[in-house]
Amino acid sequence: MKVLVAVKRVIDYNVKIRVKADNTGVETANVKMSMNPFDEIAVEEAIRMKEKGAATEIIAFSAGPAQCQETIRTALAMGADRGILVQTDAELQPLAVAKLLKAVVDKEQPGLVIVGKQAIDDDSNATGQMLAALLGWSQGTFANKLNVADGSIEVKREVDGGLENIKLKMPAVITTDLRLNEPRYASLPNIMKAKKKPIETLAPDALGVDVAPRLKVLKVEEPPKRKAGIKVKTVAELVDKLKNEAGVI
Amino acid sequence: MAVLVVAAHDNKSVRANVANAVAAATKLDSDVHVLVAGKDCGEAARSAAALQGVTKVLHVEDAAYANWLAEDIAPLVVKLAPNYSHVVMAADSVGKNVAPRVAALLDVGQVSEAIQIVSPDTFVRPIYAGNAMATVQSGDKVKVLTIRPTNFKAVGTGGSAPIEQIGGEGGKGLSSYVGAELSKSERPELTSAKIVVSGGRGMGSGENFKIIEALADKLGAGVGASRAAVDAGYVPNDYQVGQTGKVVAPDLYIAVGISGAIQHLAGMKDSKTIVAINKDEEAPIFQVADYGIVGDLFQIVPELTAAVGKK
Repeated sequence: MKVLVAVKRVIDYNVKIRVKADNTGVETANVKMSMNPFDEIAVEEAIRMKEKGAATEIIAFSAGPAQCQETIRTALAMGADRGILVQTDAELQPLAVAKLLKAVVDKEQPGLVIVGKQAIDDDSNATGQMLAALLGWSQGTFANKLNVADGSIEVKREVDGGLENIKLKMPAVITTDLRLNEPRYASLPNIMKAKKKPIETLAPDALGVDVAPRLKVLKVEEPPKRKAGIKVKTVAELVDKLKNEAGVI
Repeated sequence: MAVLVVAAHDNKSVRANVANAVAAATKLDSDVHVLVAGKDCGEAARSAAALQGVTKVLHVEDAAYANWLAEDIAPLVVKLAPNYSHVVMAADSVGKNVAPRVAALLDVGQVSEAIQIVSPDTFVRPIYAGNAMATVQSGDKVKVLTIRPTNFKAVGTGGSAPIEQIGGEGGKGLSSYVGAELSKSERPELTSAKIVVSGGRGMGSGENFKIIEALADKLGAGVGASRAAVDAGYVPNDYQVGQTGKVVAPDLYIAVGISGAIQHLAGMKDSKTIVAINKDEEAPIFQVADYGIVGDLFQIVPELTAAVGKK
């Protein structure tokens, strides 16, 4: 079974986000970029499936500017077999990415697509569900544990009240939650080997996908700042403040 | 055109956050319909009809919808959608699962976790874990949005909207429900609790969460945790407060042994009053806390538990 994983290039999770002065977006110039952490979990899960013999080939997909090659290389260094980059400098929103993914899935015919449940830049939490919808496939979102068994996949999902178990007909789309696994670091020999693995580059037009954004971003602003309060010395003082100043207990 | 709110429910009543979703919907249009689909969910449909601002409830009885599988619910919503200007769901684990599937089937974008409605086509939503706020405009024919419940004041009850029975679409057979492992708790649900006490990595173990629970029980509070505490296995995943967990905005949030990573702050910084208890006086949590105490949580928390009991 082929497994397709989608990896997004995002501002590294350790970078402090700065909103641009002209309110058109956030500062990305000279900022460290990395693979979206939820996508690392997706790549790791696919590699574990291959190690267990449940997967035969892992394709790492990304969409965006030429630099997304680096993100794909990271996936290849972790253990993916080859990459596909849909290269464009256009702004890509979840529906557009889902359509690009669908076009690649139609071509490659994987049995499973694994994506991060959300990207830590736009926090949309939508691409996986949208891809499943466009393909008419089942979806296992916010996966905590996966078990591939004979034409179906059991998914333990993280939901509001705890965990939920569902069974999906394959092919299926999975979106990863934090506890699914702990992604490995790529070893130096594997980083070297990854340089020789193939990455195919495609254009959105060649896939027949219109990637025009559906949501127009009018402005991006700093969130309202919360002011730091005071430090109290004793529990008695704290209780007094909560009762008489804040009035919350 | 009317707005359709898709309600999650437990058959007896719609989830509390449906009242927040209805509140958001009333800012879009005065005609607000609520879809309640499931098996034996008549009581839940009646609870939706009682929400202020609801003008009609669409009640669907179909075994296919008993467990809220996205593959089955989405086509039902898609069939109804052309009669509406907007489809609204609360951004909980049901809404996040179902709404994007609906949006893609309608070939429209989704506005995720709107926190403010500027106009019927313009919304504010947090990005980068709440470190930036984007104002976005949708030109799509039907606007599909999830709303962050804590940012919309829940509507009250006392209404009596008519309930219309409509037919279901049946199941697609793509997925099936096996079962759930739900955390059992007598405590208030995190996202609707008036007070929340959360523990972080500083708790050191799951066993030590007992002192958090004792304080929470004294205050009638819900219990939460940081991602670090959940990842360390101290408490189950549904305790997690933060960017990728639950977003809470109680009257009082007490952060115990939580350093205050950005992704945690994203889930609690709209709380009315924040208390931080941490031994590290440089911890970022103190930058958002109204009241902070620097010290050993294993001393302070039991002391606080004893103190709040006194009249």
